[in-house]
Amino acid sequence: MTSAAAPVVRTVNLVKIYQNGGVPVPAVRGVDLTVEEGEFVAIMGPSGSGKSTLIHMLGGLDTRTGGEIWLDGTRVDTLSESAWAVLRRKKIGFVFQFFNLVANMTVADNVELPALLAGASAREARRRREELLDALGLTGRADAAPAQLSGGEQQRVALARALANQPRLLLADEPTGNLDSRNTNDVLRLLGEVHAKGQTIVLVTHDARVAAMADRVINLLDGQIVDDADITPRRSRSRGSAWDVIELHG
Amino acid sequence: MRLHLLALLKKEPAHGYELKQALEQTFGQAYPSPNIGQIYVTLNRLEKDGLVRSVDVEQSNRPNKKVYYLTAKGSEVLEEWIDSPTEGPRVRDEFFMKLVLAPMTGIADRMQLINRQRRHYLKLMRDLNRLAATTDPQNKVARLLIEGAMLHLQADLDWLERCQEDLT
Repeated sequence: MTSAAAPVVRTVNLVKIYQNGGVPVPAVRGVDLTVEEGEFVAIMGPSGSGKSTLIHMLGGLDTRTGGEIWLDGTRVDTLSESAWAVLRRKKIGFVFQFFNLVANMTVADNVELPALLAGASAREARRRREELLDALGLTGRADAAPAQLSGGEQQRVALARALANQPRLLLADEPTGNLDSRNTNDVLRLLGEVHAKGQTIVLVTHDARVAAMADRVINLLDGQIVDDADITPRRSRSRGSAWDVIELHG
Repeated sequence: MRLHLLALLKKEPAHGYELKQALEQTFGQAYPSPNIGQIYVTLNRLEKDGLVRSVDVEQSNRPNKKVYYLTAKGSEVLEEWIDSPTEGPRVRDEFFMKLVLAPMTGIADRMQLINRQRRHYLKLMRDLNRLAATTDPQNKVARLLIEGAMLHLQADLDWLERCQEDLT
């Protein structure tokens, strides 16, 4: 079923309708989205526009009401919960808005766990964990428990955990939502690095700095895509533009 | 740039090229670097207005250089600039004018305008990301200048989102 040419993500007329006391509330209304291998796509939009619902459905954390979801050329919206769990372990790294770290495990174990579950050797999992914690400035916190960390630190551990497995697809819901400017820099740098190495990324964000790292920025409004913008830099761009902003506002 | 040069000259007399270097070193590459011609033109005007004065300093094997220093009047103007509050946020916004008036023209609809503007802002943000990555982390002034521009852009994008929610 899997073919090299298939996009990493494809949705066809994806719909999610919640029931609120018998009243249907549409959250996602017919989204067609294709993400090719190696692409970095940011999803923006006002709160309530369906961003989080969409990304949760892509990770199998929420069921769809209608339409299709394909990952790597395989239809997945019809999978059982346990089949989704296996698929996530093998192919998807997910960064939640509220971290979801395992409370009674150390930071190091939290980050190593996905790689170990996916069958990596203990040595390989450890090497990868050290690399990621270092990149995120967390080496000194390896033996801490999640509860001992600040929100910003927990968020970065969650990102390290999601990347530990070198997943086919990285999904993230507001990965810098709880970070100050300096910690945001670490996350931006790491996202840029893994993307440069070919990591496919789909994330939801309000943070324009994060969105500006992406190749494409999709805008959702009332559960529908209203803009799909290619913002990949062209080679011969003038360097004046950012300076103008500074001058304008400075 | 007039007042920026006055501020630098308040510290010590300098010639044109020294002023250019001082600006670049202080603000880093994020600052729209003035060319030396602009600096000399500005210094000439300041001299004409009596805010600075210059003396020729002889150099061996080279033409004389002009060293500028602040006059009492220049000092007064500088103080007034420092002491007065700086312009606040824009109430008149060119894009907003466009956005409100566009549907009447039939040239573009609001959704299209907002999307185009957002793309523009995101590209500017991308440039700022790059600028931030290549700026010396020790240069606090340059870093803050970039961070300020980023925060302004974020606010513009948030506001664009509000316009999209309420006007389309």
